[in-house]
Amino acid sequence: MSEFFQSSVFFGTMLTLFAYGVGLLCKNKLKLAVFNPILIAIVIVIGVLLVFKVDYPTYAQGAKFISSMITPSTICLAVPLYERLSVLKKNYKAIIAGITSGVLTSLLNVWVFALVFGFSHAEYVTFLPKSITTAIGMGLSEELGGYGAITAAVIIITGILGNMMAEFVCRICRITEPVAKGIAIGTSSHAMGTVKAMEMGETEGAVSSLSIVVAGLLTVVGAGAFAQFI
Amino acid sequence: MKYLKQFCIIIAISFTGEILNRLIPLPIPASIYGIVILFTLLCTKVIKVSDVREVSKFLIEIMPIMFVPPAAGLLETWGIVQTGLWQYLLLTVISTVVVMAVSGLVTQLVIKIGGKRDNKNE
Repeated sequence: MSEFFQSSVFFGTMLTLFAYGVGLLCKNKLKLAVFNPILIAIVIVIGVLLVFKVDYPTYAQGAKFISSMITPSTICLAVPLYERLSVLKKNYKAIIAGITSGVLTSLLNVWVFALVFGFSHAEYVTFLPKSITTAIGMGLSEELGGYGAITAAVIIITGILGNMMAEFVCRICRITEPVAKGIAIGTSSHAMGTVKAMEMGETEGAVSSLSIVVAGLLTVVGAGAFAQFI
Repeated sequence: MKYLKQFCIIIAISFTGEILNRLIPLPIPASIYGIVILFTLLCTKVIKVSDVREVSKFLIEIMPIMFVPPAAGLLETWGIVQTGLWQYLLLTVISTVVVMAVSGLVTQLVIKIGGKRDNKNE
């Protein structure tokens, strides 16, 4: 069976689209943050792979058509960013302050947890880039001596969590300014969170997109310094 | 023709990003170079928003789906993550919420302070 799946061009793509479709259906019918379409789709895909004994590389080979579009799509985030340029200019101080505080909080948080749990240097630096986009985070982790594969997994889980909890956290903390919401989401949960910010509004999405870039670059610098601590 | 041109522009920028990523020895991915390039081209009016509008809107809209295949890769890393699962999970959940709250609240605070100052000046 696996052989057929391997040779099939459309199996991975079809499974992904189908799983996400079911996820959307659940979200629209049940209206609960737990029923996040991305999360449901992941669970379905993993379930199908396990049941039909298809290994992940076989699936990923076919699903490449979808996942390789992440780079062009991320680049497209420049469009809403440009369209909301006036909002960014007007709030530039708040944006810089917000993203910088978020990046420092993330690094400090990992440092404190690493001390409490007694992480090794390799484990510690694996988590330092956890809030930023996978493409930067994975490379950064490996460069500092961490486990790239674990970093990638943690970054994805962070993204799912950010996407799921954005509305809840903003409500509890009384974050009502669209610019502040965008910073909160983009700085804490990169592109997967930004997808949610886009749903909330154009300003939220644009600011969140900006946060991916700025937080990513600041983390490259910050993590290099923090890596010395353990 | 319209969609072909738009898609062409976006893919060409992606490719340029890949080249930069290969040539410059920094851990900065093609996507980040790409955002900066497209943003600069839009600001300098080399490209108009109408040159990429429909395709970029479509790609951003279907973006969540693209995260499903790499996320299903958690299946592969499960073995290595399992040993420290609870510690790892606790760290991830708490720090995601804390970072979100802190960065959002700091931004909101600075906006409010700025707003008050503006009112005084007027």
